[in-house]
Amino acid sequence: MNTFFDAISWVNFKYLLEGMGVTLEVSIISIAISFVLGTFLGIIRYVNIKGLSPIVGFIIDIIRNLPLMLILFFSYFGLPEVGVRLNVVTATVIALSVFEAAMIAEIVRSGISAVAKGQMEAARSNGMTYAQAMYHIILPQALRKMIPPLVSQFISLIKDTSLATIILLPELTYHAQIIYGQNVNYMIPMYVMLALLYFVVNYALSVASRVIAKKLAI
Amino acid sequence: MQKRILKFLLPVVFLLTAVLAGCGKSVASQDILTNASQTNTIIWGVKADTNLFGLMNVKKNKIEGFDVDVAKALTKQILGPSGKAKFVQVTSDTRMPLLKAGNIDAIIATMTITPERKKQVDFSDIYFKAGGSLLVKKGSKIKSVKDLKKGTKVIVVQGSTYGDNIKKAAPDTQVLQLADYAQAFTALKSGQADALSTDNGILYGMSIQDKDYVVVGGTYTNEPYGIAINKGQKPFLHTVNSALAKIKENGTYDKIAQKWFGDVPGFDVKEVK
Amino acid sequence: MFDILTNNWGLLSTGWGYTIMCSVLALIGSCVLGTLFALMEISPYKWVATIGRVYVEVVRNIPLLVITMVFYLVIPKYVVAINGFTAGTIGLTIYTSAFIAETVRAGIEAIAKGQMEGARSVGLTYSQAMTQIVFPQAIKIIIPPLGNQFINLVKNSSVLAFTSGFDLMYQGKIIASTTLDTFSSYLAVGLLYLVLTLPLSYLMRYLEKRWQTA
Repeated sequence: MNTFFDAISWVNFKYLLEGMGVTLEVSIISIAISFVLGTFLGIIRYVNIKGLSPIVGFIIDIIRNLPLMLILFFSYFGLPEVGVRLNVVTATVIALSVFEAAMIAEIVRSGISAVAKGQMEAARSNGMTYAQAMYHIILPQALRKMIPPLVSQFISLIKDTSLATIILLPELTYHAQIIYGQNVNYMIPMYVMLALLYFVVNYALSVASRVIAKKLAI
Repeated sequence: MQKRILKFLLPVVFLLTAVLAGCGKSVASQDILTNASQTNTIIWGVKADTNLFGLMNVKKNKIEGFDVDVAKALTKQILGPSGKAKFVQVTSDTRMPLLKAGNIDAIIATMTITPERKKQVDFSDIYFKAGGSLLVKKGSKIKSVKDLKKGTKVIVVQGSTYGDNIKKAAPDTQVLQLADYAQAFTALKSGQADALSTDNGILYGMSIQDKDYVVVGGTYTNEPYGIAINKGQKPFLHTVNSALAKIKENGTYDKIAQKWFGDVPGFDVKEVK
Repeated sequence: MFDILTNNWGLLSTGWGYTIMCSVLALIGSCVLGTLFALMEISPYKWVATIGRVYVEVVRNIPLLVITMVFYLVIPKYVVAINGFTAGTIGLTIYTSAFIAETVRAGIEAIAKGQMEGARSVGLTYSQAMTQIVFPQAIKIIIPPLGNQFINLVKNSSVLAFTSGFDLMYQGKIIASTTLDTFSSYLAVGLLYLVLTLPLSYLMRYLEKRWQTA
């Protein structure tokens, strides 16, 4: 038990929290970008614009079917090779945003098509334009349906930030590795802390989503 | 349908390639020396998980070690006392792509000069003479590379020279490659392999951290460390070399070497220069 | 790019083999484990349901990497020796099982509401009703999301790169650091992943569509 408290000394705990800060920062920025980008791409996929939608669909399919780790490598090592120099935070944000946007696009597309079937015609026959119907009628309803899958996607994103240890993003998991790398007896306490910290954030998020979904359902 | 997708896809791919190729050369080909004196900063790629050379000090959230101190001394020598050294964390695996991409100006991260690597990057003069060795648990049956027979497992780090070194010295042993030294050492302690092989300096750093692990068998390869710099950066390379010669001459180098390796048992500071 | 594929085909195909092997093993393992925990979650015994619930919630909210590293580093040090491939596969199995449990539970619950009582009132036991009435119908609801879990599983098997599990990503990293042609190396690796995941993903979409209209 003593080792446990040594391991989670104030110095180490502070270091873990700093990592946690980076994890949250990267997650929040990526969630914001991927949500906007994903919704946009999902609508393009749904609306089926000639020429554009099939291409977007194809690119989304490619990205969805690659391991995130590979996209991280591309973003950190590949993009610089073609002239875009990124620091490790930006590279992670780009990789996460692109990957999760492709996932979210699918959620948005299926969310819209679940709602749109009858509603769109009704709205159009009432004199709304396509864009108006989409914005005022379809999207708000679809969004309600999409909240649970969206939130679990966001939780995935937060968990996935840990993969960026491989490009040395100074986030939570990497900081824990640095600590137990210097004293192997701290390994178990560090993994307990990791599990705890990730669980608290993600579980809180999933509880919040259930509450919101319930409120909106009425 | 398929054809239609292709018809639209091809121009997009061409366009992307053209755009990317167009801006492709700008980053890594800038003159680093000019850039460094303008910004008064040199960006060094250093290890953060390697005791004695470059290790994260959790308390200060700063990387400390021999490589870091040499980099600082070189920066002062090149840019003057107000010059700033910026440090980016690298591993053996990530350092080359990062240098070639221009994310860092130079690598000073326990990097051995090899003919293979010389094709890709330029190296400074030798700044540290290391040699390949083995780290094992105290009391292990493995006493040297000769004991690495079939059925034994050796951990090396991805991107280091030891994937090849072990293959040559002990072809029958199984090689496990891990991402960085922190992971590699932890995996050894977890019993994932019988030995860990890399440069003796790094191994001594590990055995200081955990006395249950010892360096055995002397050295079986020579690993002279150099500072890696992108090709086409001759002015910067020459500046680094003359700065290196200066700090070796004026005693700064000896002070740094003494600071980090003076107390390391089994290690002779005079041999590394 | 093609040089990379042909020159390193030995490593790449080995890695591919390990990726497929890990995915198949983890799929079987996580389906069994996932179904087990789903059944626990809907169990009429409260304490059994609670255990199931806690397992699923805890595992789902922790990164795969953290779970895997526990099996690669912690368990071998304190309990029993596990090599990198096995540790990665076990980690992946446990992680995926929580998601499969959720899928299976949702599928069963969608069917079970009315059907279970009906079946019980005809005189079937709980387990008979489950295996003969509820399960066969639930399968149809479960298969499409299960397919998506499998695709995720194939992609997630890249976590073996962290545990030197010889998979495709591990070999790709080695090729990238020996050839120093990072871009082409990872492009080749990406291509090999797509050969596995894209057809699966289109198959799932096809099944989903067919069963929706049926």
